[in-house]
Amino acid sequence: MSLPLFTASKNTHGALVTIAGRLDAKGTSSLWQSMDKKISSSDTPDLTLDLQQVNYMDTAGAFFICQIETLAKNQGVKNIFIVNLKPEFSPLIDLAKQIQQKDFSDQKPQDLFFVENQGKHLSDALSETKEFITYTGEITWSLIQSLLHPKTIRWADTFLVAERAGVDALPIVALISFIVGLVMAFQAAIPMRMFGAELYVANLIGIAMIRELGPLMTAIVLAGRSASAFAAEIGTMRINEEIDALTVMGLDPIRFLIVPRIIALTVITPLLTIFSNLVGILGGALVITSLGYPIIAYYNQIASFVEWNDFAGGLLKCFVFGILIAATGCIRGYQTQSGPSAVGVSTTRAVVTGIVLIAVVDGIFSIVYYYLGI
Amino acid sequence: MKPVETIIQIENLSAGYNNIRIIENINFEVFKGEVFVIIGGSGCGKSTLLKNMIGLLPPISGNVMILGESLSKAFGKEKNRILRNIGVAFQSGALFGSMTVMENIKLPLKEFTSLPESVINDIVWLKLNLVGLTKAAFLMPGELSGGMKKRAALARAMALDPSIIFLDEPSAGLDPVTSAGLDHLVMELAASHGITFVIVTHELSSINLISDRIIMLEKDAKTIIAMGTPEQLKNDLTNPHVFNFFNRTIHKGEK
Repeated sequence: MSLPLFTASKNTHGALVTIAGRLDAKGTSSLWQSMDKKISSSDTPDLTLDLQQVNYMDTAGAFFICQIETLAKNQGVKNIFIVNLKPEFSPLIDLAKQIQQKDFSDQKPQDLFFVENQGKHLSDALSETKEFITYTGEITWSLIQSLLHPKTIRWADTFLVAERAGVDALPIVALISFIVGLVMAFQAAIPMRMFGAELYVANLIGIAMIRELGPLMTAIVLAGRSASAFAAEIGTMRINEEIDALTVMGLDPIRFLIVPRIIALTVITPLLTIFSNLVGILGGALVITSLGYPIIAYYNQIASFVEWNDFAGGLLKCFVFGILIAATGCIRGYQTQSGPSAVGVSTTRAVVTGIVLIAVVDGIFSIVYYYLGI
Repeated sequence: MKPVETIIQIENLSAGYNNIRIIENINFEVFKGEVFVIIGGSGCGKSTLLKNMIGLLPPISGNVMILGESLSKAFGKEKNRILRNIGVAFQSGALFGSMTVMENIKLPLKEFTSLPESVINDIVWLKLNLVGLTKAAFLMPGELSGGMKKRAALARAMALDPSIIFLDEPSAGLDPVTSAGLDHLVMELAASHGITFVIVTHELSSINLISDRIIMLEKDAKTIIAMGTPEQLKNDLTNPHVFNFFNRTIHKGEK
């Protein structure tokens, strides 16, 4: 495909510009730069534009012709004659001229000032917080109603969610807990060896896993794994109008979709945490036995140091974490807007909100336990 | 206008999914500047045929020729070069949700040409003006009505001035007035810009109004059961499928 030829010359009648070939977007792209100089050199009152040899013209070509006319007028050319224009190209050039004469600047929405922008962000954040609180209230009410009337709970869905969020999460929880226990024991054993206190690594692993790390690691894995899944599932249902369908059928979407997920995760999180504690302690055991201590010594050390209070405190946290993770995932899914990126945005927000809430609530628990002497 | 130049040629095309043939040994030609309509009942392979014609689905056998070049046998850059001659407006509009209408139309122009920004803007305004959407230029696709989405999709399909535009069910989900508006737009563009349109539709009023030629596919026959102008097909009493389609009657034995 050859590029169009653009030649400018002068004769007795004025300047003559001849264009030949395909005047399309690709061809004209190369001519835009050089056109200014060629037109400015033709400082005569008349300009003739010969288009006889133009065999194809698209919208870009039509605007190219218009631009030549505009440039020539700006250079002081009084009369412009377009000659030998093929009739099929004429409507396109007329249309391009019409568009160039119109002013579309009023169509563009005005940019907001800095203060207006900040105000808008604040207003959006406040209304979103209000929405979040409203949903929390609705979910709490539905949950209470469901627990008062257990027959209304969709148990089949609840068990399915428990399987997907709980049983299927066992490998990843095991892997992470084992590595955390192993690495922590290994790192602690190095300085403790200097004092001949390697066995006390067992105390560290026991208390850290059962009170803090077991619940926290499990909660974070569930936030990444299940909160995002809940947000994506419910968000997609929102986009496909499935939630609207439930509503018009007279079925409460919160009872139908959210309550089973919250119940499942509230039950499954403490169970996963017990598993995580156990695997984490096993990770520590591997290090201790490799240092030459018998496993029974490791067990006795933990059993004598860790109390039932620690275990119960850790499990209590997990119930709250479970509710938080499920509720955040479901609410973020429920808030999904329209558009292709909406589900992605919801899942991201579900994970981020989930992890932030876990960290905050864990901090609150630590302070409360401290004052209660647990 | 009597179209004579062949712009699309379908040669012995068999197409489907996973080697299950939905259409078999189809042959037809589309002429330059005509509005060519593909009709048929649900599941007859209209969309499969369209996907083959726009290169989204490789044929099981046979060939799709666009402007004398084989789309079915082309790959990579070669295929993209052939595809630049066509524009497609999908049924849902398929506008990019994270971009404004204007940015949607600008995208192919920015990617495939090195025109100055001011010229690209002029071209976009021209296309929006053609489809009557200048007021929606800075809106997001999520803010558009169904009809506006289809017109925006048409404007995007026209961005690079393709020779052929494919429309998949342009009337689906639209009210009769909006649908008629879109029909008139297609006729106007075909007449003034010489664009060839290949349209898949069910809408009888649209078919009667806009089509120069029609092919009808049939599910059981897996092939074209009728071809001709709307008048020829409407007056065809020999084929019960064609008769039922144009007269909105039910097949014998069906309920």
